[in-house]
Amino acid sequence: MDQLLINPDYPYILSTLIFLPMLGALLLLFVKSEYFARLWALGITTLTALISIWLLKAFDTSTAKYQFVEQYSWVKSLNIQYVVGVDGISILLIMLTTLIMPLCVLASWTYIKTRVQPFMICLLVMETAMLGVFMALDFVLFYILWEAMLIPMYLLIGIWGGPRKVYASIKFFLYTLAGSIMLLVGIIWLYMTNDYSFFIPDMMWQNYSTTAQVLLFLAFFLAFAIKVPMFPFHTWLPAAHVEAPTAGSVILASVLLKMGTYGFLRFALPITPEATTILMPYVLWLSIAGIIYGGFTALAQHDMKKLIAYSSVGHMGFVTLGIFVLNVQGVEGAILQMVNHGITTGALFLCVGMIYERTHSRELKSAAGVGQYMPVFVTFLAFFSLSSFGFPGTNSFVGEFMILAGTFKKDIPLAMAAIPGAVLAAAYMLRMLQKIVWGGTDNPDQSWLTDLNMREIVILTPFLFFVFWIGLGPQPFIDLMHTSVTGLLDTFNAHQGQAVAAVEIITH
Amino acid sequence: MQFLPELTLLGASLAIFVVSLGKSGAAAVKNIALGLGAAVFAATLISYCQEGSLFFGAYKVDLFSQVFKTLIAGAMLVVLLFGQKLRGIEKNVHPEYYLFLFVSVLGLMMLVSSVELISIFVALELSSFAVYIMVPMRSDSGKIHIQMEAGIKYLLFGVTATGFMLFGMSYMYGLTGSTQLSVVVEKLSMMYSQPAAVIAVCMVLAGFFYKLAIFPFHFWVPDVYEGASNETTAFIASVPKLAAVAMLIRIIGMINGEGQLIINILMVCAVLSMFYGNLSALVQTDVKRMLGFSGIAHAGFVLLGILTFQISGYANSIYYIIGYVVMNLACFTVICSVSENGENVQIDDFSGLHKRSPLLALTLVVGLFALAGIPPFVGFMGKFMLLTGALKEGYLLLVILAAINTGIAIYYYLSVVRVTFCSDPEDRSVIPGNLTAGATSVVLMLIIVAMGVAPQRFISFAETAVKSMM
Repeated sequence: MDQLLINPDYPYILSTLIFLPMLGALLLLFVKSEYFARLWALGITTLTALISIWLLKAFDTSTAKYQFVEQYSWVKSLNIQYVVGVDGISILLIMLTTLIMPLCVLASWTYIKTRVQPFMICLLVMETAMLGVFMALDFVLFYILWEAMLIPMYLLIGIWGGPRKVYASIKFFLYTLAGSIMLLVGIIWLYMTNDYSFFIPDMMWQNYSTTAQVLLFLAFFLAFAIKVPMFPFHTWLPAAHVEAPTAGSVILASVLLKMGTYGFLRFALPITPEATTILMPYVLWLSIAGIIYGGFTALAQHDMKKLIAYSSVGHMGFVTLGIFVLNVQGVEGAILQMVNHGITTGALFLCVGMIYERTHSRELKSAAGVGQYMPVFVTFLAFFSLSSFGFPGTNSFVGEFMILAGTFKKDIPLAMAAIPGAVLAAAYMLRMLQKIVWGGTDNPDQSWLTDLNMREIVILTPFLFFVFWIGLGPQPFIDLMHTSVTGLLDTFNAHQGQAVAAVEIITH
Repeated sequence: MQFLPELTLLGASLAIFVVSLGKSGAAAVKNIALGLGAAVFAATLISYCQEGSLFFGAYKVDLFSQVFKTLIAGAMLVVLLFGQKLRGIEKNVHPEYYLFLFVSVLGLMMLVSSVELISIFVALELSSFAVYIMVPMRSDSGKIHIQMEAGIKYLLFGVTATGFMLFGMSYMYGLTGSTQLSVVVEKLSMMYSQPAAVIAVCMVLAGFFYKLAIFPFHFWVPDVYEGASNETTAFIASVPKLAAVAMLIRIIGMINGEGQLIINILMVCAVLSMFYGNLSALVQTDVKRMLGFSGIAHAGFVLLGILTFQISGYANSIYYIIGYVVMNLACFTVICSVSENGENVQIDDFSGLHKRSPLLALTLVVGLFALAGIPPFVGFMGKFMLLTGALKEGYLLLVILAAINTGIAIYYYLSVVRVTFCSDPEDRSVIPGNLTAGATSVVLMLIIVAMGVAPQRFISFAETAVKSMM
């Protein structure tokens, strides 16, 4: 239990974060007024965000231990516990989730016109599940929330989605669920091997046999790679993104995709270090394939949401690349890039949603040339697009730079292979920006469009603020995770050393 | 007091019989039946802590049997509550229908207490024959005689399974010279090297496999589920399964891990049930048929706990079957409410249910997601514990196959959810609110969530019950 740190000054703060949205959702069941439902959801998510800021202020960056831990027995006969904790890897993702949720509620203010209460209930339940996934330190708790999250997301896409919502929602659900079934078997195996405990820190660094590690890694990989999504498991993503309502797309892009990469960092590296080293080259080259593939496919899209969805495949390829180069720059860049992608892509989906609310089309063609009539909107869009392809001064530049620096340190051909991805990103983003701002000679009549209203500006401003904050002064963000990341990699390397030494002894 | 639930049921059957002689209105009959059902449930609660042995040791009253009696009475009460309109049954045979229902439940209650071969047989037959008659009592509005076909199939397969069982019992008696289960099992445990003993046990198990619908004895399920009225199917799909699991545990619990061959046979049956049930359910359009096939798959899961030959495994199986019955009843509450005149419900009939009746749609979704094994509902916890238990015994391959099956199953449950939430009602009418059906579905949903979120209490309770029997 020496990995845990209990902060007595902040009792129940994590549980409050997890269960507050759930409680809000329960009360919403009895609300009749749609307006009140919106206000209530906004209030609850804002309150959660404020509490999380309090958590951030109290977070101790000098330790790699899990902080604010709460531990209770849950199912005694199976030794399942309710344990939650936060460390440098999860704190940023938790902040991302809590801060983005109020904006999602705001973004759905007029977008969702039918059945507002159920929609808000789904959003709040999602928040509970997502925060729980990032905080859970018990594998069963993790798995339950990981799976339970599918239900509200399924309903978000399936009820409030676009024309092909049925296909998209089913594909999303089946894909993610089928992927995590073997994870369950892996969890049970780990439980048996670790003296009947589901406690995640106990499972780490245990020197399982190589075969077991490889099998476990494959089970992890299937579950997490589908969630990320890594090429070639990405096909559910464009469908889901395109059909989901704006808030759904934002949650998908900003938070859900991060769970896959978070899973790699939290489970794959510490539980199966040896298998990670063995299988690392394959994962790295799959990441490269994802980067290039995502870039080229995005270049060919006419649907703005699809374009951004495919760009996500590319960006997440960078994240997995950063994780599996297994050095400090790479991993820190990857975590930073997870946050960046959450901010930038979330904002881009919001922008597309705002256009869609006006023109009811996601086609690039029908949005051509709106720059003349919506100057404020295109200003925001321009900055987010620049950020998306990593323009210096914006957040993604820092993240991608760190990842590439880490990759160069590791293997020069690999890094060279990733470079075209960055160029492609610029190509497809500028193509979209050019079309939307200026278009061509055959623009549709856009003169009836109104520019962003106050609410929409309020939604986008925080995103822009973070784009520049991380772009110009990333140090506070890196400080948050630095201790945890170096701790993780030091232990990882020590174990690698042992494993290599053991292999040498056997072979000589 | 020990015999109170059975006596109450017997009394209830007689009372209904008297009612059936007169010319009472349907509403009066319904109220009488509901009142009697509640009385039976109360009687099981009163005699809950009784212990003892009756009829020269043929009948054992212990915590195990009393728990199951309470569950059976509770499930029966729920079926009576949401199926109180009996839309699928001719008005003039309502009293007779209730009569057979009570008699069948009486048989099941006797079954869970029987510890002697002959009384097991008598109790099983009592419960089966009543149901054989309930199936063809469906009103035949379409004149397609689908209920007759179902009735005949149910009868023929049932009689065959009983034949197997009797044959097996004769072997048991021949090998051990006793019909007392405890004596039989003790003597048999020394004979598992001999094929005759294995065959005897397997044949006796066949009778319960038939009730639970496990692979080679599942053939009646789809047609009977489809052919019987919705209320009858709800009953068949839930109440007898409780008793069947109780008896399987009673018999297998006494075998106590001897006889690897029997374990292997159980494993094969479990895996085949899962695959057969899930793969067939994929292509169904009739909701009851689909639930029937899914029931076969779930029965395979129940076996997963039983074949561990551990107390915790039996407890998991009990937990799972209770959860299954609750989830199933939740789905049937919706089916019975959606079906206006007692006709069968196609999956398309759920179109836009969330607009026509939000509460029923929510119930259906909770029930189906729970059946699919998605957390935080009871279906997930149950499957998780069964898998954990089986892996503890080292059946890795079995666990992987079972896990794959949960993956397959998601698809057909999800496609019903899809229709419920993602398609338009078109010209389908709004379903009028019904207080009892609404209250029943809320209670069932609460149980599904409570069992899934806080399983500890239920599990330790099931373990105590199993220990009381051993």
